Amino acid sequence: MTAIEERPANPAAAAENRPIGFGRLQRKEDPRFIRGKGHYLDDVVLPGMLHGAMLRSPYAHAKLISIDTSAALAHPGVHAVITGKDLEGLNLAWAPTLSADVMAILATDKVRFQGQEVAFVVADDRYSARDALELIDVEYEALPPVINARKALDADAPVIRTDLEGRTDNHIFDWEAGDAAETDAVFARADVVVTEDIVYPRVHPAPMETCGAVADYDPIDGKLTLWETTQAPHAHRTLYAIVAGIPEHKIRVISPDIGGGFGNKVGIYPGYVCAVVGSIVTGKPVKWVEDRSENLMSTSFARDYLMHGEVAATNDGKILAVRTTVLADHGAFNATAQPTKYPAGFFHIFTGSYDLEAAHCKVTGVYTNKAPGGVAYACSFRVTEAVYLVERMVDVLALKLGIDPAEIRLKNFIKPEQFPYQNKTGWEYDSGEYERAMRMAMDMAGYDELRREQAEKRERGELMGIGVTFFTETVGAGPRKHMDIVGLGMADGAELRVHPTGKAVVRLSVQSQGQGHETTFAQIVSEEIGIPPEDIEVVHGDTDNTPFGLGTYGSRSTPVSGGAVAMVTRKVRDKARLIAAAMLETRPEDLEWEKGRFFVKGDPSQGKTIAEIAMGAHGTVTLPEGVDGNLDAEVTYDPPNLTFPFGAYICVVDIDPGTGVVKVRRFIAVDDCGTRINEMIIEGQVHGGLTDGVGMALMEIIDFDEDGNCLGGSFMDYLIPTAMEVPDWETGHTVTPSPHHPIGAKGIGESATVGSPSAVVNAVVDALQPYGVVHIDMPCTPSRVWEAMQGRHVPTAGV
Amino acid sequence: MKITMTVNGDSVTSEAEPRVLLVHFLRDVLGLTGTHWGCDTSNCGLCAVLMDGVPVKSCTVLAAMASGHEIRTVEGLATGGTLDPVQQGFMEEHGLQCGFCTPGMMLTARALLDKNPDPDEDTIREAISGQICRCTGYATIVRSIKWAAAHPAGSSQAETPAETPAEETAEVPA
Repeated sequence: MTAIEERPANPAAAAENRPIGFGRLQRKEDPRFIRGKGHYLDDVVLPGMLHGAMLRSPYAHAKLISIDTSAALAHPGVHAVITGKDLEGLNLAWAPTLSADVMAILATDKVRFQGQEVAFVVADDRYSARDALELIDVEYEALPPVINARKALDADAPVIRTDLEGRTDNHIFDWEAGDAAETDAVFARADVVVTEDIVYPRVHPAPMETCGAVADYDPIDGKLTLWETTQAPHAHRTLYAIVAGIPEHKIRVISPDIGGGFGNKVGIYPGYVCAVVGSIVTGKPVKWVEDRSENLMSTSFARDYLMHGEVAATNDGKILAVRTTVLADHGAFNATAQPTKYPAGFFHIFTGSYDLEAAHCKVTGVYTNKAPGGVAYACSFRVTEAVYLVERMVDVLALKLGIDPAEIRLKNFIKPEQFPYQNKTGWEYDSGEYERAMRMAMDMAGYDELRREQAEKRERGELMGIGVTFFTETVGAGPRKHMDIVGLGMADGAELRVHPTGKAVVRLSVQSQGQGHETTFAQIVSEEIGIPPEDIEVVHGDTDNTPFGLGTYGSRSTPVSGGAVAMVTRKVRDKARLIAAAMLETRPEDLEWEKGRFFVKGDPSQGKTIAEIAMGAHGTVTLPEGVDGNLDAEVTYDPPNLTFPFGAYICVVDIDPGTGVVKVRRFIAVDDCGTRINEMIIEGQVHGGLTDGVGMALMEIIDFDEDGNCLGGSFMDYLIPTAMEVPDWETGHTVTPSPHHPIGAKGIGESATVGSPSAVVNAVVDALQPYGVVHIDMPCTPSRVWEAMQGRHVPTAGV
Repeated sequence: MKITMTVNGDSVTSEAEPRVLLVHFLRDVLGLTGTHWGCDTSNCGLCAVLMDGVPVKSCTVLAAMASGHEIRTVEGLATGGTLDPVQQGFMEEHGLQCGFCTPGMMLTARALLDKNPDPDEDTIREAISGQICRCTGYATIVRSIKWAAAHPAGSSQAETPAETPAEETAEVPA
């Protein structure tokens, strides 16, 4: 499909008070979705299309001795069985990752995690393809696995990456930020130091639509058309060109409607590559869609950070410095998707929202026999881990000093007049007014009243907890001079065409997975040029029909692509001024702009609307020198800095003292994402992220047994909140525009996922004060909470 | 084997293997791709359709088991070109983002409102608790269903599904 679809008129168009530009507006994409007429990957059906299925390793670590595919090949309806050996012949058995490592497409020498791809069947239909998987005979020789990252660097640890020449251990990288000596000096003179081991366990984005691809290779003109569940179609096209050797102009990547991404759909998975090979081998289109277990066991996981946090402070609660060492479990291949210079993503924003004298972190990445990935699940390039660390540690400090957690945060915030604020690890925070957001959240929560209620309940032996957290994100990567992924600068393009009748089409390099880009980006154009949003078609998700750019992840669509769209619209408006001046026979500088039209200064009756100017541009008006006959423009927007959304969250939980079951009773979220484009969409983004946070804090974990068997490989084991586990969200907002962004917007997609887990865990720990609990690792399941209440050691999660 | 069922009011007959799941029958045989699939274990509820007016997870029903029954999918929610109030509610209250769980959620909502035209929040939450949404955090879905309850006619005449529960298929284990 193309990204332009026929659909019924937006009912919002008929509504009164419909905004021109920003404001609450029903989504342009909804009419097709509520009719079941979305067009997702598995809805793509091509003539003669075959179906692929993947055989996966049952072992976490094993030598591959032999593969016998003969019985599978003889199965009715089977067209091809592809193994690593076949791919070796095409030089495709291994492919570069997004982190300068290589990963196996199909195993050749060893399997390195349970669920790793071993062979690919192509058959007439999905049932036959699955049948044939059962007929492939693979002989393995089991090897001892490395499951606990803390043992990965032991001298006797099995070496996982024997494929890498000269490799004798499982070490990937060491990375530091901040000044170690300066930080040590501050710690040495501090009144008080608190320390804690804090694990952010392995979790999974688990979008409702699993990953998949449909590959259609045309051997006559050598063109590959590839439908994919991808958040980054342009980056994928370039990578396929590099990896598969197909010229880039002969590759078209189409990302249709995406059923949720959350970072799961950034990378290139072996199944996609096998679908391409399957299509080349059979001469027919090949569809591959993974099942849920494949999704949970093999595609990009998130987190798996084993952190040791330390905070130095004065006795009256002034935080002086934060120091942390991290062991980062990257799985079997280093395939994290993040800017090249930052192997730990943006973890170095662990300084949080506080004005510190010093800070330092050291992150060590290791291989283990687990699935690769690591930067996913709305993490803003590991800001999740950073915020969780600092916000847990601030509570540990507050507890030690007997200071209220809200008060200690208020005491240490970066002040409004300190912005732009240079933190101790190299970030320049663009703008913020933290105390205002914190006080708003406390007012909405009725904070003092909650504390009184808690005191009364404690008297009665009831367990009520109030969790306070405050986060600052860093999103919207680039700038491109500092940030690239596999050498591609993190900028985004936009192209705007105003047709002769004044209707417009804007083409984006980013791709929505449910965020409502077709609405938000139409509103940005509308705001800048004054034509209604329903007159603006948004095209995305098709590399043949959109300008190049790096895609949607890390909350970068509004900060980067939104900047591009604002700038391209301004470019068109500037051109419109020249044409209007020619039409009105006046000088451009004598014209004034109001939303939708230029008019002669002092004579508003003499004016031209954008539609009139567009017709003029495409018509017979004598155009000024150097102005060509259209009302189009294109730009590539390279952001000058990242943006720094922030928020204050308060969570209220009740814990059943008999069972340890945690119930989230209330959740108050005040977010500041700068300029707000569509209130409704923003609120929706926040709600979804808060649910992620409750899920991670209480339920979600991808754990393993000692043999490396994945214990979170289905929705029976990997628990996601339903409507029963989450409350009605209470949201509020402040607006502190980004000073460097064209429209002042900061991005909102991941704020709540980043900010909320610590609010929930802080509430759980707060509830358990009568038991003297200082920390519990996520997920705070009933059994883990109950163990903590018994004063027993609660094993570290995930290791 | 030959399978005959009524789908969105039309009788359909097709050959399918006995093992074919209803979700695949609807999607691959009938081309009704509005019904989505999301897990292997009957947990996510994306594939919910109405069988004789009762929500079932169509990944847990064989097409053969649906033979002789009335199936209603998202494609049959709007009648005569007029949206069901539930569909309107989801747009009004932002009850969807990526749209992947939406068909199943709306059908469950339709079945709930047919039984209980004015459900309270707890009832709504319980009704959709067999279904997972990864985007919305559920609050707006609850509001959407409340909107539909408050606008029973919407701007439409909502079709009432056939009330002919068949004994052996009324409940499908979730």
